[in-house]
Amino acid sequence: MSLLELDGVTLKFGGLTAVNNLTLSVEEGEVFALVGPNGAGKSTVFNLISRFYTPVSGTIRFDGKDLLKMAPHEVPSLGIARTFQNIELFHQATVLQNLLVGRHRHRQARMIPQLLHLPSVRREERAHRVAVEEVIDFLDLQPYRDKLIAGLPYGVRKVVELGRALASKPRLLLLDEPASGLSVEETQNMRWWIDDIRRQMGITVVMVEHDMGLVGKVSDRVMALADGARLALGTPAEVQSHPKVIEAYLGTGAISKTANAAGERV
Amino acid sequence: MRFHFKTSYDQDINLFIDARKAASYGLLLAAAVALPFLLDDFYLGEATNVLIWAIAGLGLMLLTGQTGQASLGHSAFMALGCYATVLMIEAGVPFMLALPLAGIITGVVGALIAIPALKLHGVYLAIATLALAILADDIIVLLGPWTGGVNGKIAPDIVIFGHEINRWANPVEWYFVVLVVTVIVTLFYRNLLRAPLGRAFAAVRDSEISAQAMGVDVARTKTMAFGISCAITGIGGAFMGMFAGAFNNETFNFLLSIQLLMMIVVGGLGFIHGAFLGAVVIAFLPQLLSIVSDTIGGGVAIPGLEAAVFGAILILFLLFEPMGLYGRWLKTRVFLELFPFARKDMFKRQKSYLKTERLR
Repeated sequence: MSLLELDGVTLKFGGLTAVNNLTLSVEEGEVFALVGPNGAGKSTVFNLISRFYTPVSGTIRFDGKDLLKMAPHEVPSLGIARTFQNIELFHQATVLQNLLVGRHRHRQARMIPQLLHLPSVRREERAHRVAVEEVIDFLDLQPYRDKLIAGLPYGVRKVVELGRALASKPRLLLLDEPASGLSVEETQNMRWWIDDIRRQMGITVVMVEHDMGLVGKVSDRVMALADGARLALGTPAEVQSHPKVIEAYLGTGAISKTANAAGERV
Repeated sequence: MRFHFKTSYDQDINLFIDARKAASYGLLLAAAVALPFLLDDFYLGEATNVLIWAIAGLGLMLLTGQTGQASLGHSAFMALGCYATVLMIEAGVPFMLALPLAGIITGVVGALIAIPALKLHGVYLAIATLALAILADDIIVLLGPWTGGVNGKIAPDIVIFGHEINRWANPVEWYFVVLVVTVIVTLFYRNLLRAPLGRAFAAVRDSEISAQAMGVDVARTKTMAFGISCAITGIGGAFMGMFAGAFNNETFNFLLSIQLLMMIVVGGLGFIHGAFLGAVVIAFLPQLLSIVSDTIGGGVAIPGLEAAVFGAILILFLLFEPMGLYGRWLKTRVFLELFPFARKDMFKRQKSYLKTERLR
């Protein structure tokens, strides 16, 4: 059984079909990339998995459980964490506080003990802090620990958002354009981190990414989408040279010119 | 500038980061305890008033400053807290029990009202809660048999373990009662901030969508914030009514809500200190104005002067210091600590031009 299974998922916004009868499965332990031109429905797939949208038809299962029966805030408790394309951090809080929010699904204390700050709450806070510090060490965020998000550069914010998702100790990590807006070095770091997240932490990663260099280096399988439907699925090299993918990116006509070259490359 | 060399996670969990900070707040508390021996009864009354405003302000601060939900309906919850306390005392419940019970009642009612109201956002929530405040005025009159209607009620003395504390005869004891409650409320607020719930509040304030993606139940969190906020404000309201000696529907007019909101904005949204600084402004401004008009205007009272000055102060703060008095103090402190290396734009909020679109 796959870790994440989408089966025949369709989502419509009025007359627009954002995701069209999409079926995909992600195996435990792999890095799976979604690529495609703008508006192909990649982020929409993430929003479907996060339950921000409800599909018109189809099923979404995580580890055998029906995600469609859950509210959006219940999804993380299964072990699904995500980042956002446009960085959705808590701006008026410090890096540490942001990462601690990532621990939300592991909280135990009820309201009254929290108001009274009972010893159990303190013990729990220490445990959260230990978990968060592991993430800080992993992502080298030590210099920014007590800095407010509002004053941090873009590249660091991107890493903090990854850290917040990791702090929840997920089984499945959804990365929405982890390398967008990053410098070459930062993208390189991101690549190594994604590798380590999979190898050392054993977390399954699904990512949406435009940087084909990054996709090619970290992912096991790639699915290309266009207009909400699957174009191609396979290894990064297979997908990159798939005639339909080239057509979707470059338009018709490009195909005849590149088909031969693409064929040779495979 | 001091650097904190942290050796334990507890330092970040503790109330105060180091002994020096703890000592400075200890000193502040000592000053508050010594106040009755330094001031005459009139100014002690004013100090009590400041603390009462601060309690009510802390309640609204939790909702507006911490969770990002505006409310103009908190005068209704102050009224509820006050009537609940006084009615319970009249029914024979001891004050020590009646006050927290009234807080719980106000909190529960607030949470129940919050469930439908919090589907609204921003200015719509403010208008809905304003309607609540105006409605409360009428409800108090309609419930005349219990509330005394427009004739109002005479506040009973505070009785603690058989010891009677009259508002006029024992101002020092009264002050200490309020001080103790203020300290407890502040401590609760602070405890929330260093616990998962407080972080969930801030998460909802800054980005509902990613709060949800981290497993925060936004509706539930907002409801809890509203409930706790109303409970605290209700306790503040109870003191306000009892401090006035007599109170009726007019005491908890909707203008009180607006004053309360103004107070926390002027003090500094999102800071505990902001509630106290705002309370000082709101409690002492009328005195200051009367002194000024006495000396300059020859004792002629100018109608509407107070409201106009309050309004002007609010506008000036929104324009020039949106972080409020406490924000100004933080900036000044950083400027002095870093002198001469402070930059002018160190506190400038970065606008984020890209925001994840509203998903629903």
